[in-house]
Amino acid sequence: MFPREITAMLIKTLTDRLSAADITPQEVYLNRRQFMAGSAGLLLPVSAIAALPAAKSPLSTSEKPNSRDDITGYNNYYEFGTGKDEPALYAQRLKTRPWTVTVDGEVTRARTFDIDSLLKMKLQERIYRLRCVEGWSMVIPWIGFPLADLLKQVQPTSRARYVAFETALRPGEMPGVARRVLDWPYREGLRIDEAMHPLTILAVGLYGEVLPKQNGAPVRLVVPWKYGFKSIKSISRIHLLEKQPPTSWNMAAPNEYGFYSNVNPAVDHPRWSQATERRIGEFFKRKTLPFNGYGEQVAGLYRGMDLRRNF
Amino acid sequence: MASTVTLAKPLALHWQQPGPRLFATIKGLLFLLCLLPLAQLLWHALLGHAVNPIEDLTRGLGTWTLRFLLITLCVSPLRALGAPGWLLRLRRMLGLYAFFYACLHLLTYLWLDQFFDWGAIVRDIVKRPFITVGMLAFLLLLPLAITSTDGWIRRLKRNWGKLHRLVYVIAPLGVLHYLWLVKRDLQSPLIYAAILAVLLLWRLWRYLRPTLAARVK
Ligand code: HEM
Repeated sequence: MFPREITAMLIKTLTDRLSAADITPQEVYLNRRQFMAGSAGLLLPVSAIAALPAAKSPLSTSEKPNSRDDITGYNNYYEFGTGKDEPALYAQRLKTRPWTVTVDGEVTRARTFDIDSLLKMKLQERIYRLRCVEGWSMVIPWIGFPLADLLKQVQPTSRARYVAFETALRPGEMPGVARRVLDWPYREGLRIDEAMHPLTILAVGLYGEVLPKQNGAPVRLVVPWKYGFKSIKSISRIHLLEKQPPTSWNMAAPNEYGFYSNVNPAVDHPRWSQATERRIGEFFKRKTLPFNGYGEQVAGLYRGMDLRRNF
Repeated sequence: MASTVTLAKPLALHWQQPGPRLFATIKGLLFLLCLLPLAQLLWHALLGHAVNPIEDLTRGLGTWTLRFLLITLCVSPLRALGAPGWLLRLRRMLGLYAFFYACLHLLTYLWLDQFFDWGAIVRDIVKRPFITVGMLAFLLLLPLAITSTDGWIRRLKRNWGKLHRLVYVIAPLGVLHYLWLVKRDLQSPLIYAAILAVLLLWRLWRYLRPTLAARVK
């Protein structure tokens, strides 16, 4: 084990160094993509190279986004493995077309949306902070639309108090689901007012292009004031209901991951502190902000609630 | 010096009883080999394009601490399986490397994770079982590292061996530390736990064998 491991390490290090020379700044990369789209557009499927036009949004942060390499090379997406580098390696197998999202339950017009119709929604760029429950954070330029825009189309009934989300389950394409690390399919949930909040979006793109697979293609939730695991990836079903739905991490460890999971520096995870975070790319740690810095917009949703108990 | 006139000596004998020069070479090579993981970790963290280099460094050093503890525990079983006797004379270095990687692992925690905020560190040790257990393992390594010199071996006589059985406590604490820190996927800590179990059960079996054999008679 010992010498072989070292050999493997040396080889990996060398190949890492070699591919480091390939790193392209984002702009060069985008131009190259556009060039490819222009010159070879007839040969390549449009979805693979499509640049997504999107309006700027006043809800974006002015902080500097992390690089595309950071955002696409360090992911938690257990369906493709529990290592941070595994989604980038294995998610490419996921077939994101054809793809549909069924929205049903407590709605008057249940509907199945095709991914193409979602890509035709009015898209905005939303540059958001993302804070992972593990104590790191990034700034990510998503492209998407408010979840409310979609929910209004299905007309929630008065009994719709919660929204449940489900990730597609594709054992043939998702090597990670062979082991029951979590109770598949991955499930998440929001209260209806959280779901309708203007900050809550469905993202279909990143850095001006369609969403990379390791980031939850073709469509994922982004709720920037909650820990990252609430922002469920590769959504296949959205179900509106009266009762609070079960959610994956909460089922796995109820004392560690609450239903709300709002970013809260005052409530530690039982096994680590949530008071600080490391912004990817920075040496020193930062203080974590309540609601990940979105308190002004969202604190009102929780007025009168004990957020220590409803963590 | 025997080893300078060794041309006639058969290769197998070199392997079984290397001369002092050959042994020094083996030891020197092993010394360098044990530094390779550190070199790789530093290279990766400082020059590679890791997304979260500090996490990789802390974890890598923790992993290698545990690996060196297990490698050290492999020496006796290997000897029993017929490995040459000089292997035992390399065990001290392997154990000290476990301590060396533990020190660096602890340093990355104190510095790059906590930035020497001693209040937060003490709270962490008290509050978080995985840190408590890691710290305990580290503190128990200290007396072993201190008494690893020839002088202490002589002074402690039989008690030296007894003291160094502490490693049978330290290694399980290291595995427990790992089990308690992972979020959900227990696969890799369980692999280390299984290897450790084999190494410890082999010792238990060897220890109990004479008694068991006597009972059967
Ligand atoms: C003999 C002593 C120790 C051993 C064998 C050990 C081993 C390990 C191992 C195997 C890991 C996990 C690596 C991975 O995830 O790949 C780890 C992580 C870690 N250890 Fe230790 N450790 C020891 C002592 C300590 C001490 C004294 C501290 C701090 C007081 C500490 C703090 C940590 C931290 C903070 C992590 C990273 C946790 C994370 O990234 O979530 N360890 N250690």
